[in-house]
Amino acid sequence: MAALTREETQALIAEVLEVYPEKAKKDRAKHLMVNDKALESSKKCITSNRKSLPGVMTMRGCAYAGSKGVVWGPIKDMISISHGPIGCGQYARGGRRNYYVGTTGVDTFCEMNFTSDFQEKDIVFGGDKKLAKLMEEIEMLFPMNKGISVQSECPVGLIGDDIEAVSKKMAAQINKPVVPVRCEGFRGVSQSLGHHIANDSVRDWILSNRDGQAFEKTPYDVAILGDYNIGGDAWASRILLEEMGLRVVAQWSGDGTLAEMENTPNVKLNLLHCYRSMNYISRHMEEKYGIPWLEYNFFGPTKIAESLRAIASHFDDRIKEGAERVIERYTPEMNAVIAKFKPRLQGKKVMLYVGGLRPRHVVGAYEDLGMEVVGTGYEFAHNDDYDRTMKDMGDATLIYDDVTGHELDEFVKVMKPDLIGSGIKEKYVFHKMGVPFRQLHSWDYSGPYHGYDGFAIFAKDMDLTLNNPVWKMLKAPWLKDEATAEKKVA
Amino acid sequence: MANIMIRRSAEGYVFYMPKRDIEDQITSMEFDTPEKWGGEIKLKNGGCYFIEPQSAPERLPYSVRAKRIDGVE
Repeated sequence: MAALTREETQALIAEVLEVYPEKAKKDRAKHLMVNDKALESSKKCITSNRKSLPGVMTMRGCAYAGSKGVVWGPIKDMISISHGPIGCGQYARGGRRNYYVGTTGVDTFCEMNFTSDFQEKDIVFGGDKKLAKLMEEIEMLFPMNKGISVQSECPVGLIGDDIEAVSKKMAAQINKPVVPVRCEGFRGVSQSLGHHIANDSVRDWILSNRDGQAFEKTPYDVAILGDYNIGGDAWASRILLEEMGLRVVAQWSGDGTLAEMENTPNVKLNLLHCYRSMNYISRHMEEKYGIPWLEYNFFGPTKIAESLRAIASHFDDRIKEGAERVIERYTPEMNAVIAKFKPRLQGKKVMLYVGGLRPRHVVGAYEDLGMEVVGTGYEFAHNDDYDRTMKDMGDATLIYDDVTGHELDEFVKVMKPDLIGSGIKEKYVFHKMGVPFRQLHSWDYSGPYHGYDGFAIFAKDMDLTLNNPVWKMLKAPWLKDEATAEKKVA
Repeated sequence: MANIMIRRSAEGYVFYMPKRDIEDQITSMEFDTPEKWGGEIKLKNGGCYFIEPQSAPERLPYSVRAKRIDGVE
């Protein structure tokens, strides 16, 4: 049962849009919809992947964030140079908590910030020489790096530096892959294009590096794509796959290495978790190497069991039995988790506003806990994401694309969710409004949330947040109740 | 003209345009024989594209140039 009826939700959208000028109202109306499960295609009801309106608050990032922050950054044995002024690299460093195994600064480099630190003279005279020198220094100071990627920031594209030429020259000199990535922040409307550009550069510069080389294959080789190991997510997923008898050849790109990526064309099946950021490379591998890909969902026991069976259906009986064995093994454990937390969370309403895969993937996990997701939305989704979301969400629930600060505030005031899951930019606003809030980008410094082990942590975290007594004591200072206000006047 | 990729799913051909990230079912394709393949293709979302008729690709997915005739973008 939805919190509001279809008509009420429609009225809410109309009311929220009222404050905008005519033109903005018309534009924003296209990005908000009431879910209708009967619909097959989202095309006619919601517009996505469009430029944000000037003057409204958007939570989107840029193409550089999508490429450096999401796709390239977590590859642990490559060095990603933030090529341009220093700020982008400094503020994008280690923020997503992509866990990895290794000695930082010796053989792994995710948490370090490498930047060419552009100054005025580099803008005027070009930064190519500086980039070449930087790579020489990297090679001298960090000889155990396996390769370098050059992540362009805005000015590099504006002044027209030839990072491709520098990369080719240096790749020959240091005899390692050097990948120029044209992910200038001004490209596209959100970080989504950055994912696409990053995927394309992996395709062009990395993927075919080991074609024709010997590789010891097994019939059970798979790769995990689109899992960035936030708080250890990929590890919690990987153990399940290995337990059912599969061999995980590569992790893209959380705790992943260059060698793993180069070996990926040898796998039998690509397992795709974050569809939005890695579908491009999956489609390419399907066309070039004939590797099928499969979207899966490792949030919550119901979806995990579904996904494990779907994955097993691509393999022989040994793996199918393995999947059943894994499900059977963890079911009592999961039942205990649900028995413990469901009574505390039953019937609570959740609103989500995240990016990538989470607005639809975590719905199952909340439902396992007896909670209901009444509104969801993506920062940077495309229509194919909304096609998938409409199936997972309840009827008459609210769906919002690239929601603005004003809209989200107003939706929350009316729909009164018991919990909001979104990012750091929204967190403190809702804390001040006295609404329990959980960051779903970085799991609020907790995690992992993927897999069976992750679900136990997920359930505990949701309970800790939602049933925290602090929310009852919290009231914004300007929200004095009338009685005390009148007393003061008197 | 834009590059599209055609793949096969359980329900038939699937259309995908990387540039616009449009993914949709193909409801009809004008020619679908091994010798002649392509022509006008109609999508579930109402879109209509044209592929130069050619011999059918040996395996799918297959990338090909297509022209937009009509429909949502």
